[in-house]
Amino acid sequence: MSEQDYLKDISEIKNLMNRSSRFISLSGLSGIFAGIYALIGASIAYFFLLPEGEYVVLHSWNFKMLIGLLIAVAVLSVVTAYLLTTRKAKKNNAKIWDATTRRLLFNFLIPLVTGGIYILIKLNSQHYGLTASLMLIFYGLALVNASKYTIGNVKYLGYIEIVAGLTCAAFPGYGFWFWIFGFGVMHIAYGSFMWIQEKK
Amino acid sequence: MEASCGYKRKNDAVGIIENINKLFDHRIRLGIMSILMVNEDADFNRLKELLEVTDGNLASHLKALEKEGYILVQKQFIGRKPNTRYSATKLGKNAFKKHIEALEKLIRKK
Repeated sequence: MSEQDYLKDISEIKNLMNRSSRFISLSGLSGIFAGIYALIGASIAYFFLLPEGEYVVLHSWNFKMLIGLLIAVAVLSVVTAYLLTTRKAKKNNAKIWDATTRRLLFNFLIPLVTGGIYILIKLNSQHYGLTASLMLIFYGLALVNASKYTIGNVKYLGYIEIVAGLTCAAFPGYGFWFWIFGFGVMHIAYGSFMWIQEKK
Repeated sequence: MEASCGYKRKNDAVGIIENINKLFDHRIRLGIMSILMVNEDADFNRLKELLEVTDGNLASHLKALEKEGYILVQKQFIGRKPNTRYSATKLGKNAFKKHIEALEKLIRKK
């Protein structure tokens, strides 16, 4: 075998290792959209649902609307990510639903679902002061955990979310703004960064 | 001094060629091992899809690796469908690592 052949072998090995163990198709655009949905949701909450200078009362109409809004933002983000990712996967001739994706999703969901349930339990016992902080922390942990199965820098986004969540816990009363930073601004920033890299 | 250096270098060269594994000289066998190095296990269809080969072709290369003790084959049923899972053995992983190191050395030498 010549040197060319050896080099070809090595690049083939690298390629297969990546393709078989890491999910590459998540589009940066989906991050941007998720951020925009979060900002829209937050402004609706700010102008229509949050009573000025008061706390939101549990089980009130406002509270239910807030939860509904949160779910809407989450669902919209996931649907957009799914659509954009399938499109990108088709373009790259990659399968979207294979062992790698399953593993990625599974590892992403463990911290996220844990956090979600924890927050719901706390909400039920009237402890909603730290909701934004907890959402940020568990979302960050989910990203860091999932990053092992994907190519890219999503773990740095995870670190930022965790730090934002912890800082948020230290400044009670500003949860709303930390939430906007973590889920809105950071998603748009990270998504744009990824998107520019994809275009290169 | 010089003589010993020369001797050592010659020894190295022999070592590299010894470490180049004949079994990994084929694209598909190399591919199978690459996949199993970074995945706990993989089933037949997954390997087929990643390597883009025919059933018969893949099966014969898997057999060769199994015979050498480089991979472990586990047959089971999922519902009624037979499912065969493959994973790399310790022996296989070490052989593959040696092969990669030898490749790297060969490339660096030139």
